[in-house]
Amino acid sequence: MTFYAQNLLGGLAYGSLLFLIAAGFTLIFGLMRVVNIAQTSFFLVGVYTGLTLLRAHVAFWLAVPMAGATVTVIGLFIYRVFLHRYHADELIALLLTLGFALMLDDGALALWGGNPESVPAPGALAASLQLGTLVFPSYWLALIGISLLIAAALRAMERRTMLGAIIRAGVDDEEMARGLGIDVDRAFYIVFAIGAFLAGAGGLLGGPITGAYPGLDGDLLPLAFAVIIIGGIGSLEGAYVGSLVIGLVSTFGKALFPELSYFTIFVPVAAIMSLRPQGLLGRKR
Amino acid sequence: MRRFLGGSYVVLALLLVGVGLGGVAPHGLAVGGVAVASPAASLKVGLLAPTTGVAAAPGHDMINGWKLWWAQHGDTVAGVKIDTTYYDTASNPNTALTQARRAIEQDGVQLLIGPYLANEGLAVAPYAEQHKVPLFLPTVSADDLTQRKASPYVTKVAGWSSSQTTHPAGGWAYDKGYRTAATLGNAYAFAYESVGGFAQTFTEKGGHVGKQLWTPLGTTDFSPYLSQIQAQHPDVVFVCVVGADAVHFLQQWSSFGLKGKVPLVVQETVTDQSSIRSLQPEQVLGIIAFSHYAEGRDDSATQRFVSDYATANHVLPSYMAAGFYTAAQWIQTGLQLVHGNVADQAKFLAAVRSVALSDSPFGPQRLDQYGAPVQNVYVREVRRVPDRYAAYAKTWNVVIQTYPTVSQFWTYKPSQYLAQPVYSNTFQGIAK
Repeated sequence: MTFYAQNLLGGLAYGSLLFLIAAGFTLIFGLMRVVNIAQTSFFLVGVYTGLTLLRAHVAFWLAVPMAGATVTVIGLFIYRVFLHRYHADELIALLLTLGFALMLDDGALALWGGNPESVPAPGALAASLQLGTLVFPSYWLALIGISLLIAAALRAMERRTMLGAIIRAGVDDEEMARGLGIDVDRAFYIVFAIGAFLAGAGGLLGGPITGAYPGLDGDLLPLAFAVIIIGGIGSLEGAYVGSLVIGLVSTFGKALFPELSYFTIFVPVAAIMSLRPQGLLGRKR
Repeated sequence: MRRFLGGSYVVLALLLVGVGLGGVAPHGLAVGGVAVASPAASLKVGLLAPTTGVAAAPGHDMINGWKLWWAQHGDTVAGVKIDTTYYDTASNPNTALTQARRAIEQDGVQLLIGPYLANEGLAVAPYAEQHKVPLFLPTVSADDLTQRKASPYVTKVAGWSSSQTTHPAGGWAYDKGYRTAATLGNAYAFAYESVGGFAQTFTEKGGHVGKQLWTPLGTTDFSPYLSQIQAQHPDVVFVCVVGADAVHFLQQWSSFGLKGKVPLVVQETVTDQSSIRSLQPEQVLGIIAFSHYAEGRDDSATQRFVSDYATANHVLPSYMAAGFYTAAQWIQTGLQLVHGNVADQAKFLAAVRSVALSDSPFGPQRLDQYGAPVQNVYVREVRRVPDRYAAYAKTWNVVIQTYPTVSQFWTYKPSQYLAQPVYSNTFQGIAK
């Protein structure tokens, strides 16, 4: 019983962590058709920035938006100076973000050094909960809630605000939206900024689980891809569901068939790609 | 890109040197720009260390340890100047090989030292052997490089073998009264060998090894594996993970409530200073590791090194730093033995192999006939640092028991031991 409870909660927590990365990824791709390879590098810079702030005795919950804002500035710079010229060309945009991913990687290594760092969970959540025979870190539980809140907020933004309407219009038919006089370019800026902010803030939020080390971004990238493929490209709900699916499948897979750890997440990916290529909640294009 | 630029600078430098020599010696001594016979007054050392990529931090530790020794003792030994060139392996075996090639073929180094990762070492060793350039391995511990694939050119100077520290661990655990064990290790050669050493000696005594878990390198979430371990109720858990994985493992071992409840024994990489540095004391205090190095060893050679290193680098030294520091001591002693005559390579190598350090940061060390060190193995425990180091670390490793002069073959006969395959995920030496 303890075994299943721990893996259920562990899977949900790990999935919630993945959503912090996948949300921005899917938003950016949905509207702009840019596969932002640098998304997990944004996450990495977010963890390191957050860690630096924590060491300067900034409170955790204040450091989260500050890490997000820092990464937003970097993201907007990349977008304003380079990316906005090329986002119509998917391949060039992809290579460009790959280049920035490498630069951010090496930049982080030069700035923060390569030692693996652990990120302390915020005060009250640093301890573990004891539920019968199950011991579970409180912060992991909290992250499930935090991620759900972020998902709900993003969904409300998409469904109920003018920006959301513009994004939906742009996702459905960019040319038509432009034809109707909607300023899609401005929406691009905003969406890229939101995506970068989510990754940066998500970096510190996820930090107590992932820590910070060179190569973290590369470890997370295939998982983010898997989430998007399962959930459906460009769909927020899909990203949330996909994250939880990957979190649970990878956790139970590792627990039940540890010798297959390398493959567990790619089983659902392969199944989805052959049976439902648009993803669980994606629409046919 | 940086490597490419670096390469072109070297070419440029070589050209300039060639032109310069051409001016001085018009009879064309600089044939090919490479074969400039270096006078015996210098020993050209190529130090291969990752300074970019995932293993950049250990790479810097290695370089810092190396530099510290020469800064303290002067870089001229018996009239020979140690001329070190640093090559970045980028934590990648292909790059390590390319850099070794560059060092040997273009820069004409007489001695290679490094690299860090086992796969880098395995890539470089055959190449160095083929070109008859000595390769010293203070950190690469791959068992077979000094066992079934031993070579006169490859020596683990100031180094270790993966299963050297874990062979004693199996018997120790059995003698503690543990009868069933679960193991967890990263899915690659170093951990296969380390865990294999434990599994072999533990089961030979009569212990039982249950499920063996192998986790991919770069695992952030160990919780599913921890749940597996708990479900098995083993008497003891043996773990070998490295780098960031060690940090994640230790953090989760404690936050999922296993610490203090399930007895844990680890390979030294898990609680190396480079991993425990960033963790809180309550997450690591009391953890037992088997090691060839302990920064808290109560001995003047170790403590002098630790204190000097801390002053210079503001952290306590990892085993990587200690390895390169001691390798420098080793080379210095070897050079003194041959009175600075490095032109006779065979003699120099024989001298290096004959060195026996009566004390070093690791304790006494000498090499066996396969080129692997015979040295102490420590049972060590994570404790709080004394006040004098409070500025540099929170915790460190203190020796609680010493196995003196442990060979890479433990108590087995070399011929008998070499007849069994090297430990792998399919061969763990488990006695039936």
